[in-house]
Amino acid sequence: MLRFVGRRLLEAIPVMFIIITGTFFMQRFVPGGPFTAEKAVTPEVQRNLDAYYHLDDPLWKQYRDYLWDLTPKSFHPFALREGLDLKAAFGIDFRPSFKYPNRTVNEIIADKLPASLELGGWSLLLALGLGLPLGILAAVRRNTWVDYLCSSAAMTGICVPTFVLGPLLVLAFGIHLGWFSASGWNSPSDRVLPCLTLGSVYAAYIARLTRGGFLEVLNQDYIRTARAKGATESRIIFRHALRGGLLPVVSFLGPAVAGILTGSFVIETIFQIPGLGREFVNSAFNRDYTLVLGTVILYAGLIVILNLVVDVVQVWLNPKLRFE
Amino acid sequence: MLSPSPQRLPAAAPDLAERGHSLWNDAWHRLRRNRLALAGGLVVITMILLCSIGPLFAQSYQDQALDLGATPPSAAHWLGTDTLGRDLLARILYGGRISITVGLIATFVALVIGVSYGAVAGFVGGKLDALMMRVVDIMYALPFTIFVILLMVFFGRNIFLLFFAIGAVEWLTMARIVRGQVLSVKRMEFIEAARALGLSRGRIIFRHVIPNVLGPIIVYTTLTIPAVMLLEAFLSFLGLGVQPPMSSWGVLIKYGADDMEEFWWLLVFPGAVFSLTLFSLNFLGDGLRDALDVRAAKD
Repeated sequence: MLRFVGRRLLEAIPVMFIIITGTFFMQRFVPGGPFTAEKAVTPEVQRNLDAYYHLDDPLWKQYRDYLWDLTPKSFHPFALREGLDLKAAFGIDFRPSFKYPNRTVNEIIADKLPASLELGGWSLLLALGLGLPLGILAAVRRNTWVDYLCSSAAMTGICVPTFVLGPLLVLAFGIHLGWFSASGWNSPSDRVLPCLTLGSVYAAYIARLTRGGFLEVLNQDYIRTARAKGATESRIIFRHALRGGLLPVVSFLGPAVAGILTGSFVIETIFQIPGLGREFVNSAFNRDYTLVLGTVILYAGLIVILNLVVDVVQVWLNPKLRFE
Repeated sequence: MLSPSPQRLPAAAPDLAERGHSLWNDAWHRLRRNRLALAGGLVVITMILLCSIGPLFAQSYQDQALDLGATPPSAAHWLGTDTLGRDLLARILYGGRISITVGLIATFVALVIGVSYGAVAGFVGGKLDALMMRVVDIMYALPFTIFVILLMVFFGRNIFLLFFAIGAVEWLTMARIVRGQVLSVKRMEFIEAARALGLSRGRIIFRHVIPNVLGPIIVYTTLTIPAVMLLEAFLSFLGLGVQPPMSSWGVLIKYGADDMEEFWWLLVFPGAVFSLTLFSLNFLGDGLRDALDVRAAKD
C-alpha cells in the first residue's frame, strides 16, 4: 500500500511539470503582451515593469525561475492555521499579480480560496448525503415507483445545468418566497442555494452510480448466501453490499471533485460569492497572467492530490486493484 | 478453442451472416419498445428541424424594437421579447442552430480523435497500448475545462477554436471504450483471416475492426453530444464561448439570468428548451445503449 502511494506521488511530479510548462509557454506565445491593453507607457516605465515582473530576462531563465519559485521548498503545514499562505507553509511563490501590482497571487489565493473550498466541501457533502441514500433506495426497490421517482429525479438533476438551476432557484426561493438570500457569502442562509445548485448535479450522478453498483452487487452469490443465512435486509445492505456497491461512486469522486472546482466558476458568478473561481474568470478577462497561471496550477495541484486520495481509497476498498 | 472443421465452415457462414444482420434489426425492435428513447429521438429531430427551417418563418432574430422593450408572451410574440424588443422564439431558434452545430462538430472532432486513438492502442497492444492508456489516465486527472478557458482567453474567442477545444477535451472516454472493444474483437478469427490475407495494419483497423465496434461508438457519440453542448453553454454563460451578435442557448440563458428579476420568461424559456434537448439526447443515448446491449459504455 505504501509503495502504491509512493509510486502515485512520483507520478504526480511529471504531471504537474507538464501542466506548469504547458501553461507557462501558452501564456508566453500569446499574441500581445500582458500590458498591451493599458494606455501607452513611457519606455522607462515599461522597463521598470518588465524588470519587476522579470520579463527582461531571456525566456529560458524566466521559465527556470518560475519553475523554481513553484517548487515546494519547505514543509510547515501548521503555518496554514494562520491563514492559507502557501509561501510560509511550503515555500511556493506565485509572484505578484499583473493587475494588482501591490498584491501577490499568494495573498489573493489566501483571501479567496477559503470561500471556494467551503462551497465545494458543502456541495460534495450534500451530493453524497443526497445521492447515496436515493441510489440505494432505488436499487433496493428496483422497478417500483420509488425507483422510477429516484431515477427520474437523478435524470433531471443531470440534464438541468447548474447555470439554469441556479438562477431558477434564486428566482423561486430567493426573490419570490424570500426563504434564502440570493447572493453574498456572510450568513449560513447565504450557503443554502449555491451549495444546493452545485451539489445537485453530482447528487444525481452519485445516485445513478450507486443504483447501478448496488444492482450489480445484489445479484452476486454471496448476497444470496447472506439471505439464505437469514441476515436482515438492512444487514445485507449495509454490511455485505455497501463496500462493493460503493466502488463506482468512489471512482467517480475524482472527476466529481474536478467538476465541482470548475463548476464553482459559474456558481460564484451567479451568487456573487467572493471565491477563487470568480477571481479566476475575472483574471482571465483581465489577462492577469500570473493570477491565471497561479490559479490553474493551484487547481491542477488540488485535483492531482485529491485524485491520489481517491485512488488510495479505491484500492483500500477493492484489494484486487493492488495487483494491476 | 476448437477450430471448426473445413467441411462445416460453409454451413456456418450463412448462419453467421444472418445473425450479424439481425443485430441491428434486434436493436431497432428493442428501441421501438422503449417509449422514452423514442420520444427523446422525436424531440431531437423536431428540434433540429425547427432550428434549421424555423427561422425562415419566424421574425428576424436581430430586428430590434426598442420602444417595445421586453414584453411577456403574447399572440404576436409567442415567447415574449427581450429588453431590445427582439422576438425570443426567433432568438431561441437561431441560438439552437449554433448550439446544435457546436454539439455536432465538436462531437465529430472528439469522435475522430477518440476512435483512432483507442483503436490503435487496442489493436497494437503491448507497450504502446500501456503508454497510450497511461497518457489518457493522466489527462483524465487534468482540469480540462480550465484549459479550454485558457485557450479561449489567450487566443481569442473564436468559434472554430471553440469546436476544436471542446472536441479535444471530450475524446478521452471514447478512446477508452473503443480500446476495450477492440481488444476483444482483435482476437476473433476473421481478424486472423485478414492478417493471413496480408492486409496492412491500417486497413485491418479501419475496415475490419472499427465497423465491428460501431455499436458502442454510436451509443457513446449520442451521449457525447449533450456533454459537448453543456460545455459550450457553460463557456458561453461565462462569456467565453459564442460571442454576440451570434447567440447560442448558453448566451440566451446568461442574458436571461441577468434580467430574470423583472423578465422571468427570458430565463425560463431558453433554459427549458436547452434542458429538454439535453434530456432527449440522454434518453435516446440510454435507449440505444440498452437496444444495442452495450455494457462498456455504462457509466
